Amino acid sequence: MVGITCQGTTSVVPLARKNNCHPERRPNERAERGQAKDLLCSIRTQHAAPYPPKPKLPRLALTRNARSRFARDDNSKCVAARLKPRPFKTCRISAGSVVFCFLICLGLVLPAFAQDWIRTGTGLGVEKVRLAVPDFKVATADASNAQLQQVFDDVLWNDLANAGIFDMVSKSFYPLQTPGTPQELNIPAWGNPPPNASMVAFGNLGVTGTDLQVQGWLFDAKNASAPQVLGKQYKEPASRESARDIAHKFAAEIIFRLGGGIPSVTASKIFFISTRSGHKEVWEMDYDGANQHAITHLGSISLSPRISPDGNRLAFTTYAHGSPDIVIWSLELKRFLTFPRFGGTNASPAWSPDGAKLLFSSSRNGDPEIYVVDDNGAHLKRLTAYKGVDISPVWNPKTAGQIAWVSDRSGLPQIYIMDADGANVQRMTDGGYAVSPSWSPNGQFLLFSWSRKWGPGEPGGQDIYIMDIASRQWVQLTNQGRNDFPSWSPDGRHIVFQSTRSGSDQIWTMLADGSQQRQLTFTGSNSMPNWSWK
Amino acid sequence: MKHSRMKWITIVAALASLMVLASAGCKKKEVAPPPPPPPPPQPTASLTANPSTIQRGQSTTLTWQTTNATDVTLEGIGAVEANGSRQVTPSDSTTYRLTAKGAGGTQEATARVTVTQPPPPPVAAAPSDEELFNQNVKDAFFDFDKSDIRPDAQQALMADAAFLQQHPNIRFTVEGHCDERGSTEYNLGLGDRRATAVKDFLVQQGVSADRIRTISYGKEKPFCTEHTEDCWQQNRRGHFVYQR
Repeated sequence: MVGITCQGTTSVVPLARKNNCHPERRPNERAERGQAKDLLCSIRTQHAAPYPPKPKLPRLALTRNARSRFARDDNSKCVAARLKPRPFKTCRISAGSVVFCFLICLGLVLPAFAQDWIRTGTGLGVEKVRLAVPDFKVATADASNAQLQQVFDDVLWNDLANAGIFDMVSKSFYPLQTPGTPQELNIPAWGNPPPNASMVAFGNLGVTGTDLQVQGWLFDAKNASAPQVLGKQYKEPASRESARDIAHKFAAEIIFRLGGGIPSVTASKIFFISTRSGHKEVWEMDYDGANQHAITHLGSISLSPRISPDGNRLAFTTYAHGSPDIVIWSLELKRFLTFPRFGGTNASPAWSPDGAKLLFSSSRNGDPEIYVVDDNGAHLKRLTAYKGVDISPVWNPKTAGQIAWVSDRSGLPQIYIMDADGANVQRMTDGGYAVSPSWSPNGQFLLFSWSRKWGPGEPGGQDIYIMDIASRQWVQLTNQGRNDFPSWSPDGRHIVFQSTRSGSDQIWTMLADGSQQRQLTFTGSNSMPNWSWK
Repeated sequence: MKHSRMKWITIVAALASLMVLASAGCKKKEVAPPPPPPPPPQPTASLTANPSTIQRGQSTTLTWQTTNATDVTLEGIGAVEANGSRQVTPSDSTTYRLTAKGAGGTQEATARVTVTQPPPPPVAAAPSDEELFNQNVKDAFFDFDKSDIRPDAQQALMADAAFLQQHPNIRFTVEGHCDERGSTEYNLGLGDRRATAVKDFLVQQGVSADRIRTISYGKEKPFCTEHTEDCWQQNRRGHFVYQR
């Protein structure tokens, strides 16, 4: 159903193909490699093409349904895709898909849209590194060691498990002896079954005086002759915060090293709107939901927080001055920066990738249109001129050459894209109610919130979808509650969004393939998350 | 016989002398009268009102002192003690009269309490512009995801326009509201379109545009928070707010 490929290793992996949920099918996948010449094409043509091999499993009914749906909805596109193959030349099915499928079989029920393949270029779906992370060994005798070790181990494990590129070896498989130093690491005991780990991250920590000292190593358990991949040492004043901080840093090193050189998101932040204080204020939290705190105390309605690429300025909409205006808050100076009030309804700001310009929607001339303006309010320029609502613009962060936004010029709101000067308007969604676009860091994908079938008695809810812009193929990533405001993480592997599935609007994250959906907020109503750029 | 006559004479004489003696004794008192008693002292009385000027409905304190009075009355109140004070709440300006009666006479004292009219209450008896506005100007309701003025909304807005033209000094805000479905950001735009649609309609009907302010609240300030179509319809509206 969902395939995600890695550009770095030019591999393609089906994420939710039920047949891959069964390890015995792995040999078949290698045989498939040669046939999978054009995966995007194969999505639509699979029932005619020999790929993928016909599964003989109980999931057949599901697949048949999925195919019939495609036959109904997308026949024309299927032909187009066949005529114009995408340049996905070197594709390889990796064994890691088995693991991915396992995850998906566990928790994620993706809609059966037959075989959709999407390459994210982020390593999601590549063969996942089987990583063992034993608890760190306490190296000194200090009363606070146990507490800090707990924090450190939890954060390190969560960071690596959340990274989306590791197959975390269950701790129940670990050898009894916990290694604290390389000398104590019995490499065969980790590299052979039952742990069968490819990599082991281990180390020791302890409080010496007032400092927390951590030594961490990453060893290749399959390379006994030169096993060391990483060796790191950290020293910070002892506190829970430093334990968290050091764990984030060490995890970031491992993720960077084993994840194709893409910087990890362990130091990134998520900005969002919370009603916890009684008003809609802007809040901030770490990417894993820790350290939630209010940024603004305006006692009004504030909406749509957007952090600047440099992480220093926060643009958002607020009613604090009466009518909805865009304001820019400096996180460094703890004050508002000068930005003009344009009159009318001003909403949904979006930073340009260089942080020098803002896109936003303004009804200053009567109708909500998309404008671009310098970050000091100069050089205001209108980009759209069509009766109806034009709102929620975002740049293509890779090129800054294109803009995606929401317009209801054709009826219900749809996702459109246009060039940065307003030319070349193209409609991306073909119906329903589509809002809240977010453009992937690599420029290839749009996320948005879509009620595909809108109307009384229509099935389906408001869900997060990912669309490959070039082919306009899309995959549904959520299927519970009402989901809105997806926002890409800087590594392109994660998505933060809001969902009502727990009963009220809360912030959730997931991997870009829809797996590992986790709730980050639990009190009050929390909405409109925005992931920092780094 | 002679003896008996003598006896009678003696008795009469004795009686007469007795009577003379008696009458002489009485006569002796009148002859030396005591000095006349001093006349009883004249009563005194004083009466003050503090404050002496009040607003209607407020009260003031009357304080009085009397001396040598056996009977003290305060007009309009009745008998009171010799010295005292009392709170009174006259509805009109009143002169209070204190009468102190005593053996030595009667004394009066007066105190005038001036009652002023309170300032007129903020809500005058006649309905204010704001009350009239709230009574007469009806909101316009919309269909889902639409900012077109429906026929029923047209009717309401025509009546609104007529009222607003009769009251050319009223300035007001049109708030655009949306139901809870759909996206927060998109609904901000939709609410803006609704507010503008209402404004444009009124302007077409001859209401001056500079009296009308518009604002979109999207789905941020719902009138009704249930998840039903009835409730959603309540929330899809152009809402009029009087501008002071």
